[in-house]
Amino acid sequence: MNQPSTLSKPLAPSEKLTVRALGKRFTTSMGCFDALADISFCVIPGEFVAFVGASGCGKSTLLRIIAGLDHPSSGEVLVDQRPIIGPGRDRAMIFQDYSLYPWLTVLDNIRFSRRLAANRRNQNAEDAQGAAERSVLLLELMGLERVRNAHPHVLSGGMRQRVAIARALLCKPELLLMDEPFGALDAQTREVMHDLILHIVALEKRTVLFVTHDVEEAVYLADRVIVLAPGPGRIDSIWPIHLPPALERTQDLKRAPEFLTMEREILERIRATSGLQSDLRALQRLTGQVQFERPDKAQS
Amino acid sequence: MWTIRGTLDRRLYVLIAIASFGLWLVLWWAVTALELIDPLFLPGPGAVLRRFVSWVRVGDLLDDAEISIFRVTAGFLLSAVMALPLGLLIGAYRPVRALFEPLLEFARYLPAVAFVPVVLLWTGIGEPSKIAVIWIGTFFQMVIMLSEDVARVPMPQIEAARTIGANDREVLLLVLMRSAMPAMFDTLRITLGWAWTYLVVAELVAANSGLGYAILKAQRFLQTDRIFVGIIVIGLIGLGTDQILRWIHRRLFPWAGARSP
Repeated sequence: MNQPSTLSKPLAPSEKLTVRALGKRFTTSMGCFDALADISFCVIPGEFVAFVGASGCGKSTLLRIIAGLDHPSSGEVLVDQRPIIGPGRDRAMIFQDYSLYPWLTVLDNIRFSRRLAANRRNQNAEDAQGAAERSVLLLELMGLERVRNAHPHVLSGGMRQRVAIARALLCKPELLLMDEPFGALDAQTREVMHDLILHIVALEKRTVLFVTHDVEEAVYLADRVIVLAPGPGRIDSIWPIHLPPALERTQDLKRAPEFLTMEREILERIRATSGLQSDLRALQRLTGQVQFERPDKAQS
Repeated sequence: MWTIRGTLDRRLYVLIAIASFGLWLVLWWAVTALELIDPLFLPGPGAVLRRFVSWVRVGDLLDDAEISIFRVTAGFLLSAVMALPLGLLIGAYRPVRALFEPLLEFARYLPAVAFVPVVLLWTGIGEPSKIAVIWIGTFFQMVIMLSEDVARVPMPQIEAARTIGANDREVLLLVLMRSAMPAMFDTLRITLGWAWTYLVVAELVAANSGLGYAILKAQRFLQTDRIFVGIIVIGLIGLGTDQILRWIHRRLFPWAGARSP
């Protein structure tokens, strides 16, 4: 099929996700503001990409658009070179909290996708059997065997997120999208979840997009960290992380000098980008000139 | 115990509830025994009890109760059968909400009692007229409350389903409805209670049987003790069904706490 002329170069066949000139404009009672502007990047299969940035930089908005839960105002999102149409089982998303189904047991929650037509259409009896075994496998990988028949309301936050992860992984999504999944957990649980997610994602060879405000988490988990800056939301910088492979990492790594340097540099980028507004205002007062004209908006 | 939102041991709760009932009973008895109020205005508990017994034996109290239970249940079920799908759709789809909400918010304030002569004209003097009044009294509140139960389903539950491949129909039936079910069941329990308060209004419409009818007839003859029996029996039936429904709620939805009325 012929493509519009926004293509400046042919797609590399190995790209799992392509985001091109993505923009999202919100119109509120206080005027319109650009949550995202001209976001372009790509992700290769099996890559773990983390998004960090100051509040208001649009990282959650970006993830939701990729998931198909929101529509972009401009630009396009391609998964396996095909534009996305709304949400789907190819892009499973994990939320921070309140996403499990309280009326189902842990195992039934994990198996939830099997009740959906989208999954049954592609299945024969053999597939169905395979899926049943896979749900038990995921249950065990996530350390949930002992609570397989429990309901979510008796589980701790960490266990609930493990169920959410297993549920999302059952239908083997092309992309796993995680929106601050460990934000509601305490520090110790978070450390366990870090290693857990690293292992399961490496085992399943999943491509992951991970949004967090915790830079240490981002550096520990990701192959690349993308820093987004607010006002309007755009890519500030991309940081490749050169660490031992996922299955060889330990928590001690978080205290290694190279790790801490990287973490500090990224944090400084985030601070620099969020401080831009007050710096510009100070500059304006000093020189009497307005630099980097920007639409008026009410935003922190 | 006395901290705001503090907890109370279950046995202590039951004890206080029974004691409270008992206290009112004693007060009632004392006021009438000491003849502080004319027995015409306030019959004593003994008189009420005697009237109750004679009504059961001689005056078919059980038949009256039966027909009233039938009317309330029928009106309530008719409301529920219509309100459940409508509430689900209103809670799920904004355009449907826009279509119905203004009308419903207006209609809920219409006094059911004012509809009595109109209902008489529309449905005649048989059972449908009583059921219609109960329906008018319950339907509009029910739809609004049910739609709010559906609207309160957490967004992540819905979005998680969509991102693992659920289509709209599946989100509606497998997530929204199941998730809102405990709250909707509670809404039905509460509105059933209100349905009972409309019984007397309903039996204003050319009734010749029923607890409401008996109360109205007793009003005409100033038989206050009979009025009291009728009111208390209605109250007890309401209390009984409420407790049964709460118990069923706990069995059906062990993961959800019931709303207090």
